[in-house]
Amino acid sequence: MSKKRKDSPGNPKAVWKEDGGRIVLQLSGIWLRGSKVEVEGGNDKGWPDFFVTEDLGDFDSMLPAFLLRILREGDVEDPGLEGLPENLRGLMELALRVPERSEAKDMEGEPHGLHSLGMRSRAAWLAIASILEFVGDTVRSTLRFFVGKAKFRSEDFWGVIQDCGASALPIVALISFLIGMILAFVGNVQLASFGASLYVADLVGIAMVREMGVMMTAIIMSGRTGAAFAAHIGSMNANQEIDALKTFGFNTFDYLVLPRVFALVLMMPVLTVYSNIIGILGGMTVGAAVGIPPALFWTEMLTIVDLTQASLGVFKSVFFGAAIAISGCFQGMRSGGSSAAVGRATTRAVVASITAIIILDSAFAIIFTILDI
Amino acid sequence: MTEQPDKNAKISVRGLKMAFGSFVVMNDLNFDVQKEDIFVIMGGSGCGKSTLLRHMIGLKEPAEGSVFYEGENFTAADGDERLKYIRRFGVMYQSGALWSSMTLAENITMPIEENTDLSAKEIRDLAYYKLALVGLSGYEDYYPAQVSGGMNKRAGIARALALDPEVLFLDEPGAGLDPLSSQRLDELILRLRDSLGSTFVIVTHELASIFAIANNSLFLDTETRTQGATGDPKELRDQTENETVRLFLSRGEDIETADQS
Repeated sequence: MSKKRKDSPGNPKAVWKEDGGRIVLQLSGIWLRGSKVEVEGGNDKGWPDFFVTEDLGDFDSMLPAFLLRILREGDVEDPGLEGLPENLRGLMELALRVPERSEAKDMEGEPHGLHSLGMRSRAAWLAIASILEFVGDTVRSTLRFFVGKAKFRSEDFWGVIQDCGASALPIVALISFLIGMILAFVGNVQLASFGASLYVADLVGIAMVREMGVMMTAIIMSGRTGAAFAAHIGSMNANQEIDALKTFGFNTFDYLVLPRVFALVLMMPVLTVYSNIIGILGGMTVGAAVGIPPALFWTEMLTIVDLTQASLGVFKSVFFGAAIAISGCFQGMRSGGSSAAVGRATTRAVVASITAIIILDSAFAIIFTILDI
Repeated sequence: MTEQPDKNAKISVRGLKMAFGSFVVMNDLNFDVQKEDIFVIMGGSGCGKSTLLRHMIGLKEPAEGSVFYEGENFTAADGDERLKYIRRFGVMYQSGALWSSMTLAENITMPIEENTDLSAKEIRDLAYYKLALVGLSGYEDYYPAQVSGGMNKRAGIARALALDPEVLFLDEPGAGLDPLSSQRLDELILRLRDSLGSTFVIVTHELASIFAIANNSLFLDTETRTQGATGDPKELRDQTENETVRLFLSRGEDIETADQS
């Protein structure tokens, strides 16, 4: 390997040599970003005893980074810098001054196989346990509130009421109206072939008050309010604001979670009733277009939609509201301290609350079927 | 040192071990903070200074060992009993940690409302006074996001003072302040100590400030993962046998200048 080729200045090149039992690393060429480094000789030799750099041209961070990689791979103690030009030596000394903290790197390796399965099952179980604990805490905190022991700022409560009440009306109206129209259209296509178009009124009425009104409201509120809860509480957590509450003796649960759960549980039924009405109006509009006068639509609908039917959706909305508020607050409270963690908490809050809503709704469907309502 | 706390000390820490899971941050910490001390916790970046502070105010539980207040075991106390101690602390967090949905004045009135029976007017007056103490008169109705980082920090100190605490914990109060504000802050700390008789526990690595105010200190050594030395920082600089501590306090002199950030 002793072909003396003078190709400097040229591509960066590192050549490992042996010279009388000593390992030499010859560096030559211009080491600038973008040029391809050519290495000759094995890099199993550890760290060279000295460097030959007479053909070395300009260099930027490429070269020190290359040398540090050799060090990292070779596990070298006390590397010598003999033969390096003065400025490169300075940089290397700077980079080597503080020894690498080995424990700081990979504190925990990636688990494999059974170990990984076990870890994941355990994590899943802990997640379920902690959400159950959170629900329990909410109940306890509510009880404390009713005996006058839990406190929160009324401004916070009214702020949330405003946000998940009045401010949500336009979007709920838009979505509900469209859903009512869609139901009427789809129903009419089928029913008209039996000459039973009039029953579109029953279909829209029942579907809205039992399912669609509350469901759409709940989904809108998870995306709107549940996500906002998670993001707000999560960033308070990241900014140590929750720590600050704790060290002033505030019960952070009563203070942050309770007003949000209360506000949403109070507002969800109201929004649901509103959504039902708007949805039925949407159905009526389509009905009028296909030849069912609104008055007839209304009378027909009332033959099947009674107070019991109408109250089912409203009843469910209380539980959906609690589920949305609890998942939002839960994810916010346990979010980590970075902005990325707040983003993750928000995503999880929305996914968890929509999942919870669907599961609850299925459970209610079973219960109502058994009870025959 | 024994495992027994010093009955006369304001705060005693005995055999404290701090860990995140299996990752041990610091081991075997033993020190005392006397009444009216200005006690500085110092050390390089990432050595666990703020973590130690969090242990002392009960936001994190020790892996081993205990923290004592006036000889009473704080670590073993829980629930309402622990709250009794916590109400005697004031804490300023690294970023200020003001409640962002409230004005500066509300940030101070809220803890007072929670913990006293004063009238709304009296509370308001107290908040104005606390803000004036840190030089923020006229900013009462600003929101934290509307004022500068340094002002947030000072408002954080005003809030920490809200309940006239016996012990004030300040997490890097001087970091990010210009030299003059930083000097004013030191003066503020000294005056508060002299006039209120408060005890201060301060996390910092600003040498100028350490020598100006501290009369007692603890050095956390990243290499050995335990305390390097404890005592008056001026004496430590001149007399300590511990190489790391001496280098830290003399700004490295020959080496070690990179870790000052």
